[in-house]
Amino acid sequence: MSTTTIAADRPGNADPAITPFTVTFLIRRFDPEVDEEPRWQDFDVEMYATDRVLDALHKIKWEQDGSLTFRRSCAHGICGSDAMRINGRNRLACKTLIKDLDISKPIYVEAIKGLPLEKDLIVDMEPFFASFREVQPFLIANKAPEGGKERIQTVAQRERFDDTTKCILCAACTSSCPVFWTDGQYFGPAAIVNAHRFIFDSRDEDAKVRLDILNDKEGVWRCRTTFNCSEACPRGIQVTQAIAEVKQAIMRGKP
Amino acid sequence: MTQSSSFDSADHTIVDGVHYHQFDVVIVGAGGAGMRAAIEAGPHAKTAVISKLYPTRSHTGAAQGGMAAALANVEEDNWEWHTFDTIKGGDYLVDQDAAEILAKEAIDAVLDLENMGLPFNRTPEGKIDQRRFGGHTRDHGKAPVRRACYAADRTGHMILQTLYQNCVKHGINFFNEYYVLDLVMTNVDGVDQPSGVVAYDLSTGELHVFQAKAIIFATGGFGKIYKTTSNAHTLTGDGVGIIWRKGLPLEDMEFFQFHPTGLAGLGILLTEGARGEGAILRNASGERFMERYAPTIKDLAPRDIVARCMVQEVAEGRGAGPNKDYVYLDCTHLGAEVLETKLPDITEFARTYLGVDPVTEPVPVMPTAHYAMGGIPTNVNAEVLRDNTTVVPGLYAAGECACVSVHGSNRLGTNSLLDINVFGKRAGNNAVEYVKTAEFTPLPKDPAAAVRGLIDGIRNSTGTERVSVLRKELQDMMDAKAQVFRTDESLAEVTQTIHTLRERYKNVAVQDKGRRFNTDLLEAVELGFLLDLAEVVVYSARNRKESRGGHMRDDYPNRDDETYMKHTMAYLSGDPHSADAADHIRLDWKPVTVTRYQPMERKY
Ligand SMILES: Cc1cc2nc3c(=O)[nH]c(=O)nc-3n(C[C@H](O)[C@H](O)[C@H](O)COP(=O)(O)OP(=O)(O)OC[C@H]3O[C@@H](n4cnc5c(N)ncnc54)[C@H](O)[C@@H]3O)c2cc1C
Ligand code: FES
Repeated sequence: MSTTTIAADRPGNADPAITPFTVTFLIRRFDPEVDEEPRWQDFDVEMYATDRVLDALHKIKWEQDGSLTFRRSCAHGICGSDAMRINGRNRLACKTLIKDLDISKPIYVEAIKGLPLEKDLIVDMEPFFASFREVQPFLIANKAPEGGKERIQTVAQRERFDDTTKCILCAACTSSCPVFWTDGQYFGPAAIVNAHRFIFDSRDEDAKVRLDILNDKEGVWRCRTTFNCSEACPRGIQVTQAIAEVKQAIMRGKP
Repeated sequence: MTQSSSFDSADHTIVDGVHYHQFDVVIVGAGGAGMRAAIEAGPHAKTAVISKLYPTRSHTGAAQGGMAAALANVEEDNWEWHTFDTIKGGDYLVDQDAAEILAKEAIDAVLDLENMGLPFNRTPEGKIDQRRFGGHTRDHGKAPVRRACYAADRTGHMILQTLYQNCVKHGINFFNEYYVLDLVMTNVDGVDQPSGVVAYDLSTGELHVFQAKAIIFATGGFGKIYKTTSNAHTLTGDGVGIIWRKGLPLEDMEFFQFHPTGLAGLGILLTEGARGEGAILRNASGERFMERYAPTIKDLAPRDIVARCMVQEVAEGRGAGPNKDYVYLDCTHLGAEVLETKLPDITEFARTYLGVDPVTEPVPVMPTAHYAMGGIPTNVNAEVLRDNTTVVPGLYAAGECACVSVHGSNRLGTNSLLDINVFGKRAGNNAVEYVKTAEFTPLPKDPAAAVRGLIDGIRNSTGTERVSVLRKELQDMMDAKAQVFRTDESLAEVTQTIHTLRERYKNVAVQDKGRRFNTDLLEAVELGFLLDLAEVVVYSARNRKESRGGHMRDDYPNRDDETYMKHTMAYLSGDPHSADAADHIRLDWKPVTVTRYQPMERKY
């Protein structure tokens, strides 16, 4: 991706009527070496309609304040580095275009909630990954496939868990969940999504173990079906539905 | 932060504020190559994986189209055809023994992944499905063949997730958001031997020395030397740069691949798998121009050829759009069903980032800097070489940072996901074998001194240069003068620019002076690697006065096997800051290994 994306470079946007405009960003800053409490700071940035919020953060960091700190890598919604709260909603900064925001007002950007704040837009992801690891997120299949080849799986069986294979572990869902905010022990939607991915994989032999883990008091039953997670998912995973399917599987005692 | 509890006091001490760890095997990088190595090494040797990103953020996850293996699940195929295609695709600069290994071991590499849980797309019989890809053919070029195993257009995502899942299963020790900035060498009997690496912990700003018997570099590519690229912001070639600064050679650095179909102006990739499924490149008048250049396999010609044809179409005034500066990738005849099920992510990229719906409109595309064919020279055992033949004991490299060379002067699509699996596995296995008998090489006194000097130098600098300004000048210049077409003149110009930028870099300063999560500082360090590597790329490119694969010289448009059918080997020697690159870069050649296939003219 080009370093600073200028809409005028872009096809379809060569219309001279398209000119840059100033957008105000209000960013919740926190420097652990100086600040007692987070504080809001505003920045004015020249932007084009097709720029991403990530472009704005880069412009600020590269042109105004090098100390602004955030994670990012791929810049096109694949690596899961840059989930943050943008105008109160969890989104990936690299997938949120300026044209889709109301720029008549400042754009609020802050770290995702429910995980310990480290610096500016960076939180400690370790508790998030710890929950992920707890659901045994790997294929458990002890029988060797026949003839030393691939395991056979029909197109329909493969389709059964397709939605939950898309997860990029960005934590947008988990950190949008009000239960997770108040109960740090709750596995959270992302871990359940990743359990779902294996529970419903026809090749897996140990759905039972994961269903037991999620039947725990900090498991699926904490979910209050607020749909925040589904709305937050930048990959369009039907998170709430996946959780519901896991609940049903627990009641059935099998996938 | 560490991801597992690797901080037990037994293997961790602190001396003068520097943390010391000891592992049998240390793997630098947690992309596909690094984690594939870890899965082999972890269960058999005390292993640590150090990564500047959380493993699942690695750019392997961005790979879309597929991974080649002659499984012959959907039509006749065999590994010999795959070998031939790889060699021809690489314009005969491929080491043929390595290509044979790649193609042969491909089959197990795919089956390994499936057995580990990778959700490949399936055929109606429930086998792994396969699709067409550029340069992969039936029977030595007769017609395109379906060889790429895939999971929609998320193959890399699935590989990265599957490998990470299996690392979790094996309880691999990860040190995440640790930036390795130096390889520690100890002089033993007059020879420099690797004894460890030094890493900077992003969260605390503290330095960690990892003493190891075997070290595997798997740090990925360096596409960020260019402006328009499919590579992540973090692909700054640190590992390759570290090796370079140690005086070890880099191979074939002039060969960089420009992928034909980057979203115009943005560089975000649209997989070649789109053309594999039948998409067509068209110029402004709607002509399928590839028919003129590659009559047999047309849009599925290898990337170097397609990229050049696109640039030529635009140069000759047949580009589309208001500035006539791109061509179209036409997917409209594929139908919504194919796009939504087999190419869902790229369909969404075009919609999100260009506001173009591939179902109904052709998508503006232009070549984007994509893949480094060159890198750290290794033999087929993934052992790093200190010259044409001598191995550095205990040092390994695999993945995009390495040059085996299975890609020669132009990599075929789907051969890199394959490379990281085949040679990542080999690196892991060979490291395990090595540490069974090897001893730890003692660390030199204060092994972290160089990194401390580098970090403090930048942190305390009161200079006036900004990282972002220098980086932009570098990237703009590389796009303008060292991209798909090059001439001596254009390369001379960019050489001059790089020299000036390297001088200005000495005067670079950062605004963030803090210790915790100082990404400002790390961007400055990364820029240092980019500048070093860009210089090697351009210097090697200037020296190769022929056109081959990804390296197209307008002033020498033909391939010249007599003089140049050999690998470039570049060494840092002399004062790195001398004005003339010739005073600090020494070039040498390394013969190409030819087993069965004599060079032929490359027609498709
Ligand atoms: C958009 C895109 C699509 C692609 N599609 C395909 C495809 O369909 N088929 C195919 O075969 N190939 C494809 N490729 C190429 C292929 O994906 C890459 O070449 C390959 O994944 C590289 O893997 P790797 O493990 O070598 O490096 P990466 O996955 O890039 O991993 C590098 C690792 O090194 C770590 N690292 C880097 N520097 C440091 C440091 N200083 N200290 C510590 N850690 C460090 C990073 O944290 C990361 O974990 C594609 C590439 C791109 C960009
Ligand atoms: S930077 Fe990778 S998801 Fe946004």
